[in-house]
Amino acid sequence: MELKDKLLSSFLAFEENVNMNSDIHDIRSRAIKDFEEMGFPTKKQEAWKYTSLNKVLKHDYTVFPKKHDTIDYRDVEQYFIDDIDTYKIVFIDGIYSSHLSATTHEKIDACLMSSALNNSKYKPIIDNYFNTVAPKESLTSLNTAFSREGAFINIPKNTMADKPIQVLNFSTGNESALLVQPRNLIVVGENSHVQIIERHQSLTDQPVLTNSVTEIFADKRAIVDYYKIQNDNHNASLIDNTFIEQHRESQCSVHTFSFGGNLTRNNLNYYQKGERIDSTLKGITVIGGKQHVDHNTLVHHTEPNCESHQDYKGVFAGSSTGVFNGKIVVNKEAQKTNAFQSNNNILLDDKATINSKPQLEIFADDVKCSHGCTIGQLDDEALFYLRSRGIPLKEARALLMYAFANNVLESVKIPELKARITNIIALKLGVNVGYSL
Amino acid sequence: MLKIKNLHAKVEGLKILKGIDLTINAGEIHAIMGPNGSGKSTLSSVIAGKEEYEVTRGEINFEGEELTEFDAEERAHKGVFLSFQYPVEIPGVTVTNFMRTVINANRQAKGLKDMPANEMLKMIRDKSELLEIDRKFLSRSLNEGFSGGEKKRNEIFQMAMLEPKLAILDETDSGLDIDALRIVANGVNKLRRPDNATLVITHYQRLLDYIIPDYVHVMLDGKIVKSGGKELAYELEEKGYDWIKEEVGA
Ligand SMILES: Nc1ncnc2c1ncn2[C@@H]1O[C@H](COP(=O)(O)OP(=O)(O)O)[C@@H](O)[C@H]1O
Ligand SMILES: [Mg+2]
Repeated sequence: MELKDKLLSSFLAFEENVNMNSDIHDIRSRAIKDFEEMGFPTKKQEAWKYTSLNKVLKHDYTVFPKKHDTIDYRDVEQYFIDDIDTYKIVFIDGIYSSHLSATTHEKIDACLMSSALNNSKYKPIIDNYFNTVAPKESLTSLNTAFSREGAFINIPKNTMADKPIQVLNFSTGNESALLVQPRNLIVVGENSHVQIIERHQSLTDQPVLTNSVTEIFADKRAIVDYYKIQNDNHNASLIDNTFIEQHRESQCSVHTFSFGGNLTRNNLNYYQKGERIDSTLKGITVIGGKQHVDHNTLVHHTEPNCESHQDYKGVFAGSSTGVFNGKIVVNKEAQKTNAFQSNNNILLDDKATINSKPQLEIFADDVKCSHGCTIGQLDDEALFYLRSRGIPLKEARALLMYAFANNVLESVKIPELKARITNIIALKLGVNVGYSL
Repeated sequence: MLKIKNLHAKVEGLKILKGIDLTINAGEIHAIMGPNGSGKSTLSSVIAGKEEYEVTRGEINFEGEELTEFDAEERAHKGVFLSFQYPVEIPGVTVTNFMRTVINANRQAKGLKDMPANEMLKMIRDKSELLEIDRKFLSRSLNEGFSGGEKKRNEIFQMAMLEPKLAILDETDSGLDIDALRIVANGVNKLRRPDNATLVITHYQRLLDYIIPDYVHVMLDGKIVKSGGKELAYELEEKGYDWIKEEVGA
């Protein structure tokens, strides 16, 4: 059976399994109808021109994994940032793992979507925010139809989350092939601040497809720093849909570190709803083999005096492929917008490719917008310079790649995370770095 | 220490070095002078192991080994150092981190453990004082936005850190004002030992007032056409290169 048909027929069984209030039921039913109409995206659509889901969709995915609680902390320790204290919301095959998690309801809520959906205490938040910024798009609608689990983070106003929150999604490969659809909701109140680290990790070589949706709301003067570590197994694919609504003077940053996985598609949309908002989108991609990473971003400026900063760096080896599709929309009312976008790439091999395309739709006249894209190789002069000082070729190449990506790492505010990312890059490049940059 | 015999080299199909002979013994300072485009930087790069330059004939013997058999990094490990005419800017890597990587790469090549951090910092401090380099300078990105003089001073700082056996200084004096020239020359002189040697490449006799050569060679069109003592440098300063061209019939 085609995956689409399988999903449509699974929906009925899914609805019987979840006992939830009628509002959510309506949202889900509408979403499955939308998905039925739209189907999966194809390369005929402009936004999917360079990314084909065909191969990824051909597996016979299990949609309802059974619960196995067989993971020992020791076996997955390496995927946690464990040198700092954090809250942890952990899922195994899409199901909450209480023994690996450390949730809280004290000053903030860092807990589960399923409990938020079922607890009347959270009804006002769900009513106000759930599925309000996520657009009607095929994969997002599909996620909405099956939404029942994920991270629920609620930071009341005037609150600093006292530690970062890690959201980890493990898949065990106990099912032959697995489709998981985490649904996260993050609501950050006025003057509040939170740091979140998200990771998807498959623990075996079984095919996994994650279709994740995250909605983030930043109220007035809120500060949200979100870090995505994408370093999954070669058989795991990820479609990450993240939608952010920002209000007056809020600052939101998303850093996406893409090193692993088979196919990775990041749909990252920012909707600004107020003045003096700051939106930051940064990414480092280092891939090889047949890997594919696609960054599809949107920043929608609707009011005056706002900024957006996009800086994506990519290093592509083997016959890997990259896509950067960055759209900036500036409404007529959004005067004095500063919107910056840059996408710089290094191709290490002849067969590696990158498709980079900025899309600017500017309707205001008093704006500063800049965009730039570069595609190049490692500089031979620089390589010779480093080697002439005694640095071996492999390390010299790695050093230049670090140097290239470094300014994206610089803005990571959690030092332990920065160190971890540096290590992952070093491992990826096959070098042992005795220095930190 | 260095014996170059009948060295020919090509780049992009173009013959640039056309039979160089040069012998440098430990403890000596040699100077090569010559007009622009005569092949001085090419010779430096060929000795240091730049891959774009193809050695078509001849040999470069360094302490009994044929250098052309080795990669640039291996030549560095053997004690060859090139102060670049145009040092490369590497944004994103600080001078300190670069030095740390360089020192440890050279130690690893010798089978030594990484240098302990405090020892490294002390060494960086001492050597930067020798070149009168400001502390702030060390945390800037390597050569990025450095003035011409700062770049050259930074090259000699690296030389001081590495203490090479053979140092080739390619136009290290260009872009330096008289004070910086004195500091750099002073640094080079302090690093002199009976068991190392220096090859100074320059346009101007000025530098040779500070770094006094034992031998001066004149390079024209890919060949060394005349050699002499330091007085040859004064003669060139005074009379230019034309008389030599006439003398050798070039
Ligand atoms: N990478 C290169 N590609 C093509 N020509 C080169 C290259 N490097 C040097 N040359 C040529 O070789 C000649 C010698 O250059 P160079 O060694 O830089 O001279 P010098 O240092 O004496 O001024 C010049 O004619 C220069 O144009
Ligand atoms: Mg030159």
